[in-house]
Amino acid sequence: MELALAHETMARWQFGITTVYHFLFVPLTISLAALTACLQTAWVRTDKAKYFKATKFWGKLLLINLALGVATGIVQEFQFGMNWSAYSRFVGDVFGAPLAMEALLAFFFESTFIGLWIFGWERLPKKIHLGCIWMVAIGTVLSAYFILAANSWMQHPVGYTVGANGRAQLTDIGKVLFQETTLVVVFHTLMASFLTGGAFMVGIAAYQLRRQHRLKETDPAKIGAMRASLRLGLVIAVIFGIGTAVSGDSLGKVMFRQQPMKMAAAEALWDTQKPAPFSIFAYGNVSEGRNTVELTIPGLLSFLATSNFHDPVPGINDVQAQERAKYGDKAPSYEPNIPTTFWGFRWMIGFGMTSFAIAAAGLWLTRKRFWLAPEHRRGETEIPLLMLTRTKELNPFLNKWAWRVAILTMGFPLIANSWGWIFTEMGRQPWAVYGLMTTADAVSPTVSLGEQITSLTIFTLLYAVLAVIEIRLMVTYAKAGPTDEEPPSQDPTLRGPSGDADQPLAFAY
Amino acid sequence: MQLHDVWFVLIAVLWIGYFFLEGFDFGVGVLTKLLARDEPERRVLINTIGPVWDGNEVWLLTAGGATFAAFPAWYATLFSGFYLPLLAILVCLIVRVLSFEYRAKRSDPRWKRNWEHAIFWTSLLPAFLWGVAFANIVHGVKINEAGDYAGNVLDLLNPYALLGGLVTLSLFTFHGTVFVALKTLGDIRSRARVLARTTGLITAALAAAFLIWTQASSGDGWSLAALIVAVLALLAALGLNESGREGWAFICSGVTIVAAVAMLFLALFPDVMPSSLDPAWSLTAANASSSPYTLKVMTWVAGIMTPLVLVYQGWTYWVFSKRIGVQNIPAH
Repeated sequence: MELALAHETMARWQFGITTVYHFLFVPLTISLAALTACLQTAWVRTDKAKYFKATKFWGKLLLINLALGVATGIVQEFQFGMNWSAYSRFVGDVFGAPLAMEALLAFFFESTFIGLWIFGWERLPKKIHLGCIWMVAIGTVLSAYFILAANSWMQHPVGYTVGANGRAQLTDIGKVLFQETTLVVVFHTLMASFLTGGAFMVGIAAYQLRRQHRLKETDPAKIGAMRASLRLGLVIAVIFGIGTAVSGDSLGKVMFRQQPMKMAAAEALWDTQKPAPFSIFAYGNVSEGRNTVELTIPGLLSFLATSNFHDPVPGINDVQAQERAKYGDKAPSYEPNIPTTFWGFRWMIGFGMTSFAIAAAGLWLTRKRFWLAPEHRRGETEIPLLMLTRTKELNPFLNKWAWRVAILTMGFPLIANSWGWIFTEMGRQPWAVYGLMTTADAVSPTVSLGEQITSLTIFTLLYAVLAVIEIRLMVTYAKAGPTDEEPPSQDPTLRGPSGDADQPLAFAY
Repeated sequence: MQLHDVWFVLIAVLWIGYFFLEGFDFGVGVLTKLLARDEPERRVLINTIGPVWDGNEVWLLTAGGATFAAFPAWYATLFSGFYLPLLAILVCLIVRVLSFEYRAKRSDPRWKRNWEHAIFWTSLLPAFLWGVAFANIVHGVKINEAGDYAGNVLDLLNPYALLGGLVTLSLFTFHGTVFVALKTLGDIRSRARVLARTTGLITAALAAAFLIWTQASSGDGWSLAALIVAVLALLAALGLNESGREGWAFICSGVTIVAAVAMLFLALFPDVMPSSLDPAWSLTAANASSSPYTLKVMTWVAGIMTPLVLVYQGWTYWVFSKRIGVQNIPAH
């Protein structure tokens, strides 16, 4: 028993570490690919140097990030078989299909066209080269779709039967790919991804603009590139911040219907309440449901669950009794780790919405013309002033802090994303597939503890080293700012650039 | 022919595609120490595969995903059973992705040198380990009644498997050498052709021993035919390399890989993972496969997507078909 538990614990830690780590890069890749594509489209259409420089700048950061996303994604494809072979055998018939589709439709797309994009500068015709980055962007979204369809099936299994061999068998692929859970989760994840990318752009562009101000940058295209990026980031973070909230609300309602335990655990609501409150903050022992200090909004949990401020929300104890009646002793307890779900839920919402609020404030402060005296307006290629009212700039102290907060904001959605996944996966426990297979039953039966410890240690150390490398590279490139390179004057044909065969390549590793 | 047999063939095709494509880029990685004399030459080598290695690697992810979807029991037993070798391969592939992408991201010579060491080792090790893994699959491993691997990691390092590892390592290196001769200009090109002779002869000796051993222990008429094709293609590649027909030599080294991997799968069929403890416990294409419905869905997806992938990957190779030499490598 002890040993079996150790196996499960090791496998879960590895899955948690590798997946949360992988997901630091995924939302940034999804959003930066599309945003870089937008900037490049702006360059191809307008021919303005600032868009060229912005494309190159964000493209570099995208590639640094994408490389680590791709590298850590490889593990995801194989660790189901390595640590979760019982799971793989049981669900492969259903779960394997979206994974294989992801590889066939999305991975090939992304990796082939990113190669073309990286090496295609000045070799492919401009418009085809632009098409390549759009293909990458589409590939990243497709990839998210398929893997989220697979995950949604774990949250809410549909379109299957359990066959005579005791394994799940697919009966309706349409249900797996298009069930409500999948659609809502994809919606929420994509919204949050773009909030992440928007906030990232805001942070880096704010940093660069401060730096350009300090170093008295004179190249208008470089300032213009960062100013355009700052505004783009702010707009994206605001629009997709709202989208994240709206989609998160829909997801909450789906979750309440499909996994009432998770909703109760999100609030640490022990007993059914009507109406159920939502605590903004609690101090005390959430795991026992007795809080010494708490700040609650009456009826809000009822609203989150049902769109109605008065409806009852079942508590953990009641859901536990229901699940016990339904599933017997498949698991010793049907209750997830309550402090994790309680705080995970709050950190997800708190950090996500903080970055949205910062972006909304930033959008106001850096506005171009609206309710702004002409002498305070700044051109497209100048560093914007932070204007509180028509004629009043933020005072120097607030001004300094506003720029600092803008830089800090890029970390917030990353924290929110991680906690979102920790919440939704931990909140499903003890199930691996809700109602069908427990996590304890999913572990590989013959992999030894030694092997698991080796693997967990190696991945943790490797990922830690790679994080240091990645962050240092990101900082180097963020500091370096937009390129000195000027936009290419020639548009090559499909046969490649004209001229001397001995000429150096436009790009080489 | 039933659907699970079709999928056995499709999985074989995906692995063949993977070894054909990543085979030469592993080989190029090994050549960064074996052939290149200085940094510009190493960069020429790395840039011959620069735009394409990432797409090549996806064949592995697809083979993995397709095995999961079509043969869940095979996927589960294989990857939980070959835990530590697979862990080593994964670590190599992770570092390898970054070593290509990050090497040129800083101008510090030590930084670049470290990533170049990484490119060499992370190409060499998986090239060897895939051979070990496949030799074990064909040869059979200790699979118990429940379908789980009951041996340990040392059981996987038997002489036959180690020979298999040497074969893939040398074959991929040869394939990479021929590729470099095809893709480069100047001095490095002629040296690649000289090196192809050596690597080709070593490969011929190792591969002949391994394939004949395989044929003797688990072959049939079909696998014998594949063996003959593999050997003839390898000899043809060697001859064509001597006469300077690099394109054809590359096609022939590719055919060698196709035929050799096909032979392993032919020797395997109808099993997917034979049990050395009791033949009754072997995983077969029939008992390890998904339900007919899943296979049907996946057949549609694979039938539509695979040709499309081949078209746009083929186009990438066409776009970057020019030879490069040290003179084409930019200064930074």
